[in-house]
Amino acid sequence: MNEFLDRIQAGEILIADGAMGTMLFQRGLKPGDCPEALNLSNPEILQEIAGLYLEAGAEIVQTNTFGGSPIKLAGYGLEHRTEDINKNAVFSVRKAVDGKAYISGSCGPCGQILKPYGDIESDQVFYSFKTQINALIEAGVDIICVETMTDLNEATLAIRAAKEILPSLPVMATMTFDPTPAGFYTIMGVDIKQAAEGLEEAGADLIGSNCGNGIENMIKIAREFKNVSNLPITIQSNAGLPKLDGLVPIYTETPEFVADKSRELFELGISVVGGCCGTTPDHIRAIRQTLISMKGIHR
Amino acid sequence: MDILMQISESLQKGDYGNVRELTMEALGKKLSPKAILDNGLIAGMDIVGEKFKNHQIFLPHVLLAAKAMYAGMDILKPLMIEEGIKTIGKVVIGSIKGDLHDIGKNLVGIMLKGAGFEVIDLGNDVPPEKFVETAKAENADAVGMSALLTTTMSGMKDVIDLLKRENLYGKIKVIIGGAPVTNEFAKEIGADAYAYDGINAVETVKGFIKIKQHE
Repeated sequence: MNEFLDRIQAGEILIADGAMGTMLFQRGLKPGDCPEALNLSNPEILQEIAGLYLEAGAEIVQTNTFGGSPIKLAGYGLEHRTEDINKNAVFSVRKAVDGKAYISGSCGPCGQILKPYGDIESDQVFYSFKTQINALIEAGVDIICVETMTDLNEATLAIRAAKEILPSLPVMATMTFDPTPAGFYTIMGVDIKQAAEGLEEAGADLIGSNCGNGIENMIKIAREFKNVSNLPITIQSNAGLPKLDGLVPIYTETPEFVADKSRELFELGISVVGGCCGTTPDHIRAIRQTLISMKGIHR
Repeated sequence: MDILMQISESLQKGDYGNVRELTMEALGKKLSPKAILDNGLIAGMDIVGEKFKNHQIFLPHVLLAAKAMYAGMDILKPLMIEEGIKTIGKVVIGSIKGDLHDIGKNLVGIMLKGAGFEVIDLGNDVPPEKFVETAKAENADAVGMSALLTTTMSGMKDVIDLLKRENLYGKIKVIIGGAPVTNEFAKEIGADAYAYDGINAVETVKGFIKIKQHE
């Protein structure tokens, strides 16, 4: 069995990294540019970001491959570079973490709605994920992270693609939920119980939620996951929803606030805690401090 | 059951095959295309929109209903053009320059068409000039813009500024949306409205048309 999974199964809690997009925009990524194109043109930026998260205490560091599936890359005319884009992302992270953190290969949604609701065939989406994940695995990722999913069918296609290529490689799978008067649902109408069952059945090793509407909602989501599943849970919350300061959007949840709230996630027994949009190395450092201050409670 | 009611119910179930057949059947019974559209298709879509708003159904259900709407519309549209029947309004939509996210914008387009609007979709990465030129040339009632990235939101203000310069501000209404967009932001940049989802966008644009008719 994989060492990462051994540690999780033994009850260890691991800290994951924070936002990628937020960091890229601070480093000159222009609106409309393909974030994954930087993997070819400026891999040193990705190495720097991975280094900052490692230094902040992240034990799981993600690749800049959220939109690295050929279907998504085709929007920029870059589908023929899928292999290089994904491999370079892994190499950049590896240069920074050098065995001191797990490299997690990010796989986001394909950006289109699957049949019968939309126009794209499941087969095409499966093949697209398989192409991306194959490159990530060949380059040596330790984990595949299927994230920000709202369509359960699409999420399971990505999980199955990863498991078909290398069954022993751990897969984390997370979906994004919104609060409604009837509880938490993805925009495609998937509730937490359906998500937990579907993701587990497809073969995910860790399941949970990322992105979303701030850490307070995420704590409620985490609790529901714990209630309906025995799998280890992973939670990566946005630093709130962006608010406007004039015309400049800012994420409102400070590292202190997020760190304080993350105490509840640790108390729930969440296995992997990290951040999503708006979180920075400072958020991750603060979350880690909370965990260190609580050590002894869980182990 | 009344055939228009049957069309409405089949549409609500997303049964596009049935909607197509029933629409033909209704035409065979000499019902007017306009009556079939208003009291069959749009009536059904209104109920779907209402249920979605109340969280009784979710997006996939709405998408199937919209497909059924198109199945009926494809038959009615040529007949309506022949008879010179106008759609209830014309809306130009697109994603802001530099933003390649388009699911939200596509949904708004589907819902607007589903509600009987004529929709001109400019796609992604649309420069401000293109929005204004098209709206002007097409004599559109409204422009709908979507941004999914916080960094592309300022492009929306460019479109509004251009409309002002062309003396079209207020005549062509502006509606904006997208994950980072808020009501506050809409006010700040002078947009006529913010819509939080596709159904809300339809209601808002319908509101614009009503105001226009009263003017």
